Amino acid sequence: MNDSNETVTAPMLSVKSLSVAFKSSHGLLTVVNDVSFDVPRNSVMALVGESGSGKSVTALGVAGLVPYVGGVVTGGEVLFDGSDLLKMRASEVNAIRGRDIGFIFQDPMSSLNPAFKVGEQIAEVVRRHRKVTRKQAWARAVEMLDRVGIASAATRANEYPHLFSGGMRQRVMIALALACDPALLIADEPTTALDVTVQARVLEILKDLQSINGMSVLFITHDLGVVADIADDVTVLYAAEVVEQASVRELFASPSHPYSAALLDTMPQVALATGKPVASIPGIVAQAHAWPDGCRFNPRCAHSVDGPCTTDAIELQSVGTGLSRCVRAHELREQLSKSGLQGGKSS
Amino acid sequence: MTGRTLTVSDLSVTFKVPTGPFTRKPLHAVDRVSFEIAPGETLGLVGESGSGKSTAGQAILQLNKPSSGKIQFGDDDLAQLSKRQMRAMRRNIQVVFQDPYSSLNPSMRILQLLEEPLKLHESLDADVRRERVFETLEMVGLRRSLAERYPHEFSGGQRQRIAIARAIISNPELVICDEPVSALDVSTQSQIINLMRDIQDKIGTSYLFIGHDLAVVRLMSTRTAVMYLGQIVETGPSAEVYERPTHPYTAALNSAIPVPDPELQRSRQRIVLSGDQPSPLDPPSGCRFRTRCPFAMEICAEVEPPDFPIPGGGVSRCHLHVEGPKLGGESVMQLIGKQDAL
Repeated sequence: MNDSNETVTAPMLSVKSLSVAFKSSHGLLTVVNDVSFDVPRNSVMALVGESGSGKSVTALGVAGLVPYVGGVVTGGEVLFDGSDLLKMRASEVNAIRGRDIGFIFQDPMSSLNPAFKVGEQIAEVVRRHRKVTRKQAWARAVEMLDRVGIASAATRANEYPHLFSGGMRQRVMIALALACDPALLIADEPTTALDVTVQARVLEILKDLQSINGMSVLFITHDLGVVADIADDVTVLYAAEVVEQASVRELFASPSHPYSAALLDTMPQVALATGKPVASIPGIVAQAHAWPDGCRFNPRCAHSVDGPCTTDAIELQSVGTGLSRCVRAHELREQLSKSGLQGGKSS
Repeated sequence: MTGRTLTVSDLSVTFKVPTGPFTRKPLHAVDRVSFEIAPGETLGLVGESGSGKSTAGQAILQLNKPSSGKIQFGDDDLAQLSKRQMRAMRRNIQVVFQDPYSSLNPSMRILQLLEEPLKLHESLDADVRRERVFETLEMVGLRRSLAERYPHEFSGGQRQRIAIARAIISNPELVICDEPVSALDVSTQSQIINLMRDIQDKIGTSYLFIGHDLAVVRLMSTRTAVMYLGQIVETGPSAEVYERPTHPYTAALNSAIPVPDPELQRSRQRIVLSGDQPSPLDPPSGCRFRTRCPFAMEICAEVEPPDFPIPGGGVSRCHLHVEGPKLGGESVMQLIGKQDAL
């Protein structure tokens, strides 16, 4: 009894100290370094970062797809429902992928096979993972298309992807990913290539299906606005490392890392709402072959001090209910909480 | 420098699209669009993909031939200029494209890239020319020593700085900016926004700023025009358009931008558009937005909405201001409250 109780409360996905490296002309480059986070059951964890932060590679790591893109997992565990995906045989992982873990990628244009009908592509996944007849699988495909808001789904299921617009293709991808009622959905920038009105619609659909199915979602994005809309918890990545982890309310109300605070301030919506000029982060994102000494964000940080920030690598520490990789997190707390919309309103 | 005013009137751009082996159908990518950009001013042109905003920008540059309408720049009608005359005109009208990865020639050094417009448009000594390149590089925040490098050695944001340097080096009166920050990381996006505003303060150039993000366009521009399916549906001072949208489409665009405050974002009233954008080959009758408009009335299918002047100085093309609830220039957002009350 005790045992079964534990599996229910344990997180759906638990990533522990995941590290991923790629071979390059600069040697072995670690692009995901000691990344840990949990995705609790029936909740949405957002993984936030800019290009080069390692967020997409983390998703590939979770999915066990790193070897397919030429990388090496150099350490860590990916516990899905308690068992380590990285230690499983390929056939075991293949059975889980698509059935218990669904995927949506950024580019809906290249994620669907142009040579097969949309309905067939969804039905194929259902038949692969469930003991159903062709007819039942097809009915499931039509049902899923209907649930993601494709009008006259029964007819559209017979059409090929080129007849669908970008927003519709992304909804087809959602239908495909959710066709087997996965316990975990990994969505890698699913709305980045879409227009804002279409993005709003896709997010509504995702939120509805998430709450109906009670699934867990790992949502990868660079857009903090989207995070405010969909996430329960947030992990902020910078230069291959976790720099902050917090609940969505805490992150937006009082960020505990200067990078998260600066990201909030760069949003045009914040500048417009607060009347402050649009802030920018000086310099460019750190590169994998030349991580700065000390804190990896220090060359761009407004609060960096010589010595503590520039010599030794910084460890994650508890701040409030979350984690921050900033040595000055406690002393900067009040200052950083003036960032973003919340800070604008209170001041 | 005294610049010229750009006056676009009734501009249409029509493409002939094959619909079968022997049949072609006209696609009105830009349909009777009019706007004006005064010297030193920024007009924001906002819309979703397929709205015709980029095509309108390209028509000004004569990269797409307008099928009708006038593009008056000072005393010249750009649509009537010969190729040779237009080439000379490009000194005054420059462009920055969206993708800094494909808009810079990979085999040219930065020095060569930036010298090119000067060689074409001005006869300067090599020394003077180089000095101009160095000055412009510094103006966009890059060290002069970088002039010997190739584009692949730069990040996206730096490349966009180079593209901006190339556009402003000939001291243009107008720069067409076609989604210049859409391809950039969030932390560099605001750097480029600030840079473009600084440059405008310094050299007094006007911008046509094309974008899909209403918040970014609002930050950049004094006036904003909103496009849907080839037509301008609302224009006005940016603050008015952003804060008190009078057209349901503008309101929908506005409420689609997430507010960076979890509580507010999840509780606020929004217009989420249903349905998909109709094909521009076969646009709806009457008002083009009616198929997705939550407030559509009978008249919207029959009559194309007229230009309705808005008290703040804008124009809205929506029947709601003359028929039905008669908003008379008031923000369309109040209709949501009314609907809930019913």
